[in-house]
Parts: sequence; C-alpha cells; structure tokens
Amino acid sequence: MALTETEVVGGIKTEYKYGFHDPEDYFFKSGRGLSHELVAAISEHKNEPEWMRKFRLKSLDYFLARPLPEWGGNLGEIDFDSIFYYIRPTEKQAESWEDLPADIKNTWDRLGIPEAEKNYLAGVGAQYESEVVYHKLKEDLEAQGVLFLDMDSGLREHEDLVKEYFGKIIPQNDNKFAALNSAVWSGGSFIYVPPGVKVEMPLQAYFRINAENMGQFERTLIIVDEDAYVHYVEGCTAPVYSTDSLHSAVVEIIVKPGGRCRYTTIQNWSNNVYNLVTKRAVAYENATMEWVDANLGSKLTMKYPAIWLMGEGAHGEVLSIAFAGQDQHLDAGGKAVHVAPNTSSIITSKSISRGGGRASYRGLLEVAKGAEGSKSKVVCDALILDEESRSDTYPYIRIDESNVDIGHEATVSKIGDEQLFYLMSRGLSEAEASAMVVSGFVEPITKELPLEYAVEMNRLIQLQMEGSVG
Amino acid sequence: MALLELKDLHVSLEDGTEIVKGVDLAVGPGEIHALMGPNGSGKSSLAYALMGHPAYEITGGEALFDGQDLIEMGADERAQLGLFLAFQYPHAVPGVTVASFMRTALNAIRKARAGGEDDPVPVPEFRKDMLAAMEHLKIPRELAQRYLNDGFSGGEKKRVEILQMAMLKPRIAVLDETDSGLDIDALKIVATGVKELVGSETGALIITHYQRILNYVEPDFVHVFVDGRIVEEGGPELAHKLEADGYEAFMPEPVVGSEA
Repeated sequence: MALTETEVVGGIKTEYKYGFHDPEDYFFKSGRGLSHELVAAISEHKNEPEWMRKFRLKSLDYFLARPLPEWGGNLGEIDFDSIFYYIRPTEKQAESWEDLPADIKNTWDRLGIPEAEKNYLAGVGAQYESEVVYHKLKEDLEAQGVLFLDMDSGLREHEDLVKEYFGKIIPQNDNKFAALNSAVWSGGSFIYVPPGVKVEMPLQAYFRINAENMGQFERTLIIVDEDAYVHYVEGCTAPVYSTDSLHSAVVEIIVKPGGRCRYTTIQNWSNNVYNLVTKRAVAYENATMEWVDANLGSKLTMKYPAIWLMGEGAHGEVLSIAFAGQDQHLDAGGKAVHVAPNTSSIITSKSISRGGGRASYRGLLEVAKGAEGSKSKVVCDALILDEESRSDTYPYIRIDESNVDIGHEATVSKIGDEQLFYLMSRGLSEAEASAMVVSGFVEPITKELPLEYAVEMNRLIQLQMEGSVG
Repeated sequence: MALLELKDLHVSLEDGTEIVKGVDLAVGPGEIHALMGPNGSGKSSLAYALMGHPAYEITGGEALFDGQDLIEMGADERAQLGLFLAFQYPHAVPGVTVASFMRTALNAIRKARAGGEDDPVPVPEFRKDMLAAMEHLKIPRELAQRYLNDGFSGGEKKRVEILQMAMLKPRIAVLDETDSGLDIDALKIVATGVKELVGSETGALIITHYQRILNYVEPDFVHVFVDGRIVEEGGPELAHKLEADGYEAFMPEPVVGSEA
C-alpha cells in the first residue's frame, strides 16, 4: 500500500516539498539488476540501429570492468543489483499535458511545469522515470530549424547528426558512471541550434524519478552551431524513500565558433538519490560555454561540469553552488581545460554546509602547452553554518605553458552570531536570518539566473534552512 | 503606564562578569530619555541585553515591554513587539541589498502584527515609502541597491540605521551611540529621525557619551550611568551640567580589591 505524502516525508526531511510519489501503473518496467540481456532488451525495445546496440553492450563491459572510484564520496553502499534500470511509464509521448495519465499530469502540475511553459519557456521536455513523457517546442523555433527532442527521438529522426557526436565528447569508457549511462541510457534531450539562430527564451527539461530504487540515466546532446545561442535549464526532484535511487546522466555539448551555450541546473533530488553525473562541453573559436550548476538535493552528488577550450578566443565559465544539509555529501565543482591560445575561463564556486552536511569543491584547471596568453580565475568560497558541518577544497592545477595568467582564491567563513543577532533584531526569525545570509552568499550566482529561477533558488534555500534551526 | 520598564535589572557576560548592576528605568510614550555615561560604563551592554543579544544574560530584575516580560523572548520577538536598537556598529550582509533587506524586515514585522498571517507590503507602496524616507534622511537613492552595510562609510551606516527605524516604526527606539563619529549634518538627520518617531504611542532612549546630539533633540529625562548603575537623574539641564563638568563628579572612589 502506498504511504501518504505525510507518512513518506515525515521524519525524514520535513522541509522537502517534492517527496510525494504516484502509484505505479506503467507500460513497461524491467526487473531489478543489470545484465547484457537487459541492455540488449532496452535497445530492442527502442528499435535502435545496430551501432547503438553494440555501443551499449560494449559500454556495459567497460562498466563491469572498472572499479568504483575511491575518491569523492562513499559509493560502496550502492546496490547495483536492486536498481530498476528501465521503466517506461507511458506507451506514447504526449504533446499536450491533457493526454498524460492523470497521476503523472498531476505531478507535473504540482511541480509547476505547465504553468512555467505558458509564461517564460521556449520549449519543455518532461522526463518521468526512463522516458520523456511530454515534449513541445514553440512553433516559430521549429520553423527556424531548431531541434529540441528527447534523445531517443533525436536518434530516430536525426541519426547522422547523433552518430557524429554521440559519445565523442565523453567517451563511453570515460569513467565508470559514464560507462553505465552509455549502456542503459534513456531519455534526455537532443538539441540542435542552426547557425545564427538565437533562442531568446530558455528551453527547459525536467527530470522526475517516481519509483523506489529507480535508476535514471538520461543522455543529453546539445549542438550549438556557429554564432547561435541557447539557454537550457534542467530541474529535478524525486520522492523520499527509505532506500536509494540512482541518477547518472551524461551531457555532451558542442559550441561551434562564435556560438554561446548556457546550461543551468537546479538539482533538488530527495536525500535518497545518488547523483553521479558527467557533463562536458567543447568550445571552438570565440565560442562561449557557461555552466550554472546549483546543487541542493541528493544523498551524494559527484559532478564537475567541464569545458574544453578548443579554439582561440573561446571563453568558459562555471558557476557552482553546493548546499549540503543533514546526511548530504555534495562533491561539486568544475573543470576548465585550455587547449587553444588566448582562451579564458572563470570558475566560481560557493558551497554551504549545515546540519552535519559536507560540501566539497573539487576542480581542475589545466593549461596545455601552446595555449599561450590564456587566462583563468578560480574563486571558491565556503560558508559553514554550524560546528558539525564540513567543507573541503580540492583544487587541481596543471599548467604546461608559461605565458598565462592564472588566479586562485579560496575563502572559508562561518555564519556569525553577531550578524544573525543584527538581522533578528529587525524581526527576522533565526531561520529567516540564516537564509538571508546564505542567499546573500550565493547572490553572485543567483543574479545570473532568470528571475523565476532566482526566486525559486532563494525559496529552496529558505526551505533548506527551516527545521535546521531551533 | 510606561512602555519600557526596567526594574532592578542585572546583566552579566557569559563568564559571569556583572556589567549592569541594578537599573530602574521607565520610558513612556511621547518621552525622549538620554542615558549618558563614560566609556566602559556598561551602556552598550544594557542596550544589547534589552534587545536580546545571546552573549548578555539578564541575571536579575525585570524587563517589561508594554507589561510583557522580555527576558525569555528572542531578539526577533522583541523587534516584532516594537523594540528597535540602532547599532553602534551595524553588521554587513554581503549580497543582500538595503532595499531587499528592508522589505524582508518590514514584512516580518507586519506578519507578527497581523497575528502570524502573511501581510506583505505591496511593492509600489514600499517603494514609495522607502524613497520618501531616504530623501528625507538625505540618503542617496543608489544606496538602496547596495549590499547592506557592505563597504559603507560610518556616516552611511548610521543613516541607514535611522532609515530602518523610520521604516519599521518601532514603539521604543534605543539608539546606541548613534551620534558618535557623525558630522553636524548627519547629527541633525539622526536627531530629526528621533523627533519624528516619538509621538503619542512611541518613545526613545538615546544612549550617548556626549551631550552634542542633545543640542538637536532635547531629552525629557537625563540619566547618568556610571559603572553599571544610574547614579543621577534629572531634566535636560543635567546634560548641560555634564557637558561643563564631565563625569568625574559621578565616578566611584577607586577602592583596591572592591571588584572580583
């Protein structure tokens, strides 16, 4: 019998608003565990070309052969045999919210997605378990040749384009979890923006896990052609369960000369989700790639969005927020690899820990020989809210070129009693005062978000703070 | 009845050192009181203790606000009742603009006054009130979009304290050495802020070392505060006497070994 929302949420993390789940009434659900048979079955179920089937099976071999990473967080408790690797909730993808089953539609309504689509989005993809159940792009963008599809449809309808880039930015054997994704991927977004086309409003993808012990492995490929622009935003939530779920995505991005791509994540998984994601972009001549990566949820996150600056004059930015509360370990950061001359990068990280949580910055700055005249600045600031919480910084720097301009700054601060008292003396509760200090701390990043998301970020920070004090 | 009433109030630091050693004081509506004393007399400690600073413990006596016991209340509850402290050293909150902070604080106070129901001030009304108050206090408009007290000059900080007082409309305002380090123009602005606040339902307690501010805002009562106690009380003329003679006449005879 399904528990009520209060029963599921109660006692685990009262401030998490999205911990509810729907009853399962699925078109197809795989058994637990991982095997070559399952991987072949997923490929067959999706009616994929032979090369993709082989790619998946080879990826599984890589996954099985690789040991678990020993750095980062504690991965030893993941039970790969108990996970459901593929669930298809509905037979067909809907183009109207009304065509979805009532429970699923209701979930999207509670998450506010249809309303957001009406007000400020150029297109929406909504993934529920393994499949994108709703997808829509504004017609004027379609007419300009913009492609915004779920990855499975992208493979079916634009096989040549997919084949050219899929697994090329992040090879299938890049790391254990990229190999896992490559074997069992399903859903995610496929985006192509033609030369010179600027998509003014964001495209949004929303990822929802519903089933217990679910493994979600979406796969995203974004190609921004010359002088084009796109802003892609992803959000994610899951129910609260007493056992763990796994989310392991792979995101590959190509920004061609003069193009610009901004990729914004607001990660708000429930505290029973392992979030192990590989994200990498390549930026060519005078292209700009920006990762805005906000992490508030999950049990363990390991994620370091990367930018390879491949062409002269390319610019990359990573803005990273990690907010670790009770029973959370967020190991986040960013990577910038300067391959071409006169490239520039900025990595700004803000981490907050409270209630015994652990937030780490882990980043890489690499300048290859020949990338002369490159500039990079890394700033990581940590805010620790109480004595039980922890913050670590692991900055890796490799410079093989002498004519470069590199800066690195790190600060650690604690929220001050005097600061809290000052704010409380103006009528704010302790939680409100703490939330205000935290919001101010991350403001250099939230000011980069579209207004609606900045408001959402500050609301999530307030929710994180409530119940943490007193 | 007095709005703020202190009866034999004692305050100690966390290490047990007694700073305030039995104070009786009553501030009624429409009244401006000046608490004057030399450096280190415990004036600021009294102000912090009144506002509920966790490092200052009330160890004896009573502190009543409109008849309600303040001692068990948090600083936020005291503010919601209508107590305000203008800080001698206001704290910076990087990343939070003066405007955003002001609106959050105002809404917290309004919520408490509406019995716990959200009662947010409409944005156009807030904007209008805030700009009017800033103009009145000669605060440049651009300050509203700067981060609260972050990189502010001493004078800017003090003006913004008075701006907060004007916007939050407390019933009792305590000003902790708000006059120190201000030029004459800023001093007049602070004095104006106090005079405009005090009315039939509100009172003020000005804590100061110098008589200077009292040239611009005449107190109804003056209390001389030395070594944790009120040692002399009178009308405005007492402030002038202090200005002429200093605090020496009120200082205790140094007795070796009298303090632990």
